[in-house]
Amino acid sequence: MNKSQENIKVREPLVRTVKRAERSNLDIIKLRIIAFILALVAGGLFILLIGFNPFELYLTIVSGAFRSKMAIQATVKFMIPLLMASLGITLAFKMKFWNIGAEGQIIMGAVFSSYFALFYSDLPHIVLIIIMFISGFIGGGLWGLIPAYFKSKFNTNETLLTLMLNYIALHVISFLRDGPWKDPGSSGFPKIARFEANAQLDKILGVQFGWIVGLILVVVVFIYMVYTKHGYEISVVGESQATSRYAGMNVKKIILRTMILSGGICGITGVIQSAGSDMTLAASVAGGVGFTAIIVAWLANLNPFGILMVSFLFSVLEKGSSVMQSTYGLSTYSASVLQGIILFFILGCEFFIRYKFVLRHKGGNK
Amino acid sequence: MKKFLSLILALSLVFSLTACSPKQDTKQEPAKEETTKEETSTQGKMPAVAKEDIKVGVIHIGNPADGSGYTYAHDQGIVGMQKALGLDDSQIIRKNNVNDTDPTATETAILECIEEGANIIFGTSWGYMDTMEALAAEYPDVIFSHGSGYKSNGTNFNNYFGRIYQARYISGIVAGLKTESNLIGYVAAMGQENSEVTGGINAFAMGVNSVNPDAKVFVKVTNSWFSPEEETNAAKALLAEGCDVIAQHCDTPNPQLEAEKSGAFGIGYNSDMSKDAPKATLTSAVWDWSQYYTWAVENLINGTWTGENYYGGMEEKLVGISPLNESIIAEGTKEAVQDAEKRILDGSFNVFDGVIETNDGKTVGEEGKTLDDATITGGINWYFKTVTVK
Repeated sequence: MNKSQENIKVREPLVRTVKRAERSNLDIIKLRIIAFILALVAGGLFILLIGFNPFELYLTIVSGAFRSKMAIQATVKFMIPLLMASLGITLAFKMKFWNIGAEGQIIMGAVFSSYFALFYSDLPHIVLIIIMFISGFIGGGLWGLIPAYFKSKFNTNETLLTLMLNYIALHVISFLRDGPWKDPGSSGFPKIARFEANAQLDKILGVQFGWIVGLILVVVVFIYMVYTKHGYEISVVGESQATSRYAGMNVKKIILRTMILSGGICGITGVIQSAGSDMTLAASVAGGVGFTAIIVAWLANLNPFGILMVSFLFSVLEKGSSVMQSTYGLSTYSASVLQGIILFFILGCEFFIRYKFVLRHKGGNK
Repeated sequence: MKKFLSLILALSLVFSLTACSPKQDTKQEPAKEETTKEETSTQGKMPAVAKEDIKVGVIHIGNPADGSGYTYAHDQGIVGMQKALGLDDSQIIRKNNVNDTDPTATETAILECIEEGANIIFGTSWGYMDTMEALAAEYPDVIFSHGSGYKSNGTNFNNYFGRIYQARYISGIVAGLKTESNLIGYVAAMGQENSEVTGGINAFAMGVNSVNPDAKVFVKVTNSWFSPEEETNAAKALLAEGCDVIAQHCDTPNPQLEAEKSGAFGIGYNSDMSKDAPKATLTSAVWDWSQYYTWAVENLINGTWTGENYYGGMEEKLVGISPLNESIIAEGTKEAVQDAEKRILDGSFNVFDGVIETNDGKTVGEEGKTLDDATITGGINWYFKTVTVK
């Protein structure tokens, strides 16, 4: 135990949380299965409480996500932004740079690319789309670079800074929507015009091609993090900045570079959401995805392939509950409560995989 | 480096291939279903659909369970249509709380209705318009009917709304007779550029003016169709200005509740809000959407769907005022209301008749004429002389 506890008589709390030694894989899988069953039971109780049959509703969630071609397309559509934003923040999280600003970076990516989608929509399609992706990357990257710069220069708290930049980004959209980019044909309703078909992303297998970009990114981010020097540097900085400095790494540069990439990927998410899904620049372009992505990235242990799986499960839950809601005439709120219950157990389980509670012993610590 | 790049490319190629193959398998079957559906339904322009096969999708911005306001009024219309036509509960698909400023959410909700086999979809909020327009082109077999907007394509995408200004004029009479401070508040969802809201304010103010030339109408804009908090705040501010009757063009009954709290009175909107604020709401300008929904679905069943836009008024019973709250209305209200209703129904009075003075000292309209429908729905961007925006 550390010095302060030895010297000063501190009353030990009744329950402490302690990081536990690595669990075996089998244990982890067991815990997850238990958590999943508990989640279903607790959710089931809630469903019973509001007067429905839990088995039917759960079945509806699963079948709702896969029942037809359109349903699968919709599920994939939910997944695209979640997958990409999670990949984006993973880079920063690996470095222990708490990028809570994916929302803002998504928005700025969408804003930058929307400029071209709105005002240069007569460019050749492929050129325009490429420009939009590049500008989206730059927009998101810049929004990620700002907190990174302040962190490396003044050691500011990146959690707060990235979080606050979200709100600024959101207001940038409102400003553009109510002012310079307002759709003149909307008779006073504040909105930005719908993109011309030329500025919309093409569909592959009935879904905008963002899903392919997402899948490619899974592989690219995986290779970048595991097999490149950059990736190695990121994890060393994440473990200990002192170590990386001792090893002669330029920590500042690594932070800046990684945050441009992290924000840039989120920025591309914004391009894909606005030009592939919204077909306009809407204030809802990020719509909470940037926050959900944090849960996804953590549940997946910052592993890109894990992220692919987790974000897929998330979208099944999302799409399935939407079908459940309309099939059974549930209120949207009860669908959210159910989602919340399930998440609570799954996240709780992750906590118990990594930490354990220690009760206070009578004879002091040991 | 080259090796690295080719590795990435190869991997991503492999990955995307493996990723699509299982999906394609599942896609085969529903595709077949779709072609058979098309065969049976491509006989006419908008062919008749048997009553048992009707599936109605409804996209709501709020939740019908709110029990009052815009969404509730629309949903009551759907319920009325369902009863009138004898449809089963399973033939109605409701999508609630669909944010109309979120195109992706809108599209997802509409596609889900189509997924469940909807052949007619009603979008009740303004912001669904562009998404419905795009989807109407993509799904020509499905009817998209959009409330309150201005776009349509003449076949499977139409627009429906009504002459709510008639009801507003009459509710203005009720307010004008009631006010003692001669200040009437009006919580408005949108600003001057929005003809629907602004026209409604003007009709209301003209109704007030017809019985009480001294009364002024103070307007507070929330810039949102549905914003419970903003609506409350706007009502509070208007009450603080000294208004003793609060009228509204927004989705929740919150302005009525605020009026009741401070002992003032109010004019509700959408549904009968005396349910929410029995001590304050004098009457409400209300919609009976079942008139339209029944008409539209009936047309689809009979194969008489023409794709024309719908613009009903008091004559069609689409709009009107809810029963007067007898215990709190001013004396003589009933007679004044009946008189105005009679003049509107027999066509001798159309609200926006003759020369109308605006609040910036100009005039609109010509003697002996009345504003045409196109102007009323899209071109009222001025305020009546007694209106002040706060």
